[in-house]
Amino acid sequence: MLYIQQTAAVFIKDFKSELRTRYAINALVMFVITTLSIILFSIGGERVSPDVLAGMLWVVIFFSAMSGLSRSFVSEEERGTTMTLQLLAQPAIIYFGKLVFNLVLIFSINTLVVTLYLLLIPLFTVQTTSIFLLTLFLGSFGLACASTIIAAIIAKANSKGTLYPVLSFPILLPLLMTVMNATKLSLDGAPLSEAAGEFRVLVSYSVVLIAVSWVLFDYVWKD
Amino acid sequence: MNSVHLQLENVRKEFSRRIIFDKINFELTNGNSIAITGINGSGKSTLVKIIAGILSPTRGIVTLTVNGKEMKLEQYHNYIGFVAPYIQMYDEFSAYENLKFFARIRGMHFDAGYADQLLDRIVLYSRRNDAVRTYSSGMKQRLKYAFALLHKPEILIFDEPRANLDRHGIATVYSIMEENKPESVIILATNDEEDLSHVETIINLDELKEQQKSEKQMRSSARSKQPSTEVAK
Repeated sequence: MLYIQQTAAVFIKDFKSELRTRYAINALVMFVITTLSIILFSIGGERVSPDVLAGMLWVVIFFSAMSGLSRSFVSEEERGTTMTLQLLAQPAIIYFGKLVFNLVLIFSINTLVVTLYLLLIPLFTVQTTSIFLLTLFLGSFGLACASTIIAAIIAKANSKGTLYPVLSFPILLPLLMTVMNATKLSLDGAPLSEAAGEFRVLVSYSVVLIAVSWVLFDYVWKD
Repeated sequence: MNSVHLQLENVRKEFSRRIIFDKINFELTNGNSIAITGINGSGKSTLVKIIAGILSPTRGIVTLTVNGKEMKLEQYHNYIGFVAPYIQMYDEFSAYENLKFFARIRGMHFDAGYADQLLDRIVLYSRRNDAVRTYSSGMKQRLKYAFALLHKPEILIFDEPRANLDRHGIATVYSIMEENKPESVIILATNDEEDLSHVETIINLDELKEQQKSEKQMRSSARSKQPSTEVAK
């Protein structure tokens, strides 16, 4: 119970800090608006297949995540508060607090991305809402899990900006392939049962990543 | 207050194969105070970071025992109050908010009365609701003392305790040290003569290195003078 309270305290600290500094939110919102505008310009009047639209949606989500989610750890490192946190709580508490913050951030930003995508791209019509929503939920969850541990690793590096997407891409590749397939199924109007395999992969991906991160974080967090 | 026993056994730290210090041995218990001195780069801050569990030693062991029970490394922070120029508070929050967050992240109940008392002591009470970014460097340093004392730790580690402080601030730090001395373990990393007068033991890392170097030389010269058994036969 105490661990949950401490984790919540880390999350609340990050949340209030984000509201005041807008470290990640500004970068994320600007990125989403810019990328969606570029997509709209490039599509023009073309009739684009659902495969491509599903792929583009996840490209926007992937790069938005890359531009914002690393801030949770990078901002601590840049402000010199990493050591302060190390003196306050066990590494696992910091990790889970940051993970919850990244989850909230990615869910909020993905809600914005999907809403804008549905409004601005009429060809993007979801036939099976249940598959789409579950894919979005599990995909965002996996994305946050991977981004959090990678952010913790790259926060200590000199070339953070470049390293983050480079390191994230191979780790996120299985997730991205699966969510793109599942999104395509939702656009094609497939029944929910048809996407069961994809959901199993997404759940396993997140479970494995959380377990690995929990074990690794102690080593990443301290020198 | 809990009974604590801190022991360092053959602690060595290397950075990229460069030995910073080696074979550091000492033990401290409630009521002990120690200062670690040495020229810039001698490893004072590195050593206090190792004691606090922020850095790990290349070799050797740091053991913290509380009430006879050996603590795990991830529990050290509960018993340590740490002040150093490289520790930063959250600029976007006020002093009061910083302390509140720190207490909650520690899993403690936030005692507003005690926080006010600490802020009053470090002369920040009137500015407690202002964002830390509006503070001077001396005020930020004072806030670090409230951060270090909030959880009433048994071990107080002050790295460069006077950094950025005015005369009044320095006097407050010394009074904090004197008050806590009988029951706590106090560790300073400093070269200031006045700071050194407040501790009972001084470890000079440079002298220690010199001593270890000359002992090594003596051992190697003794070995070279010793006739080999082959020749003796």
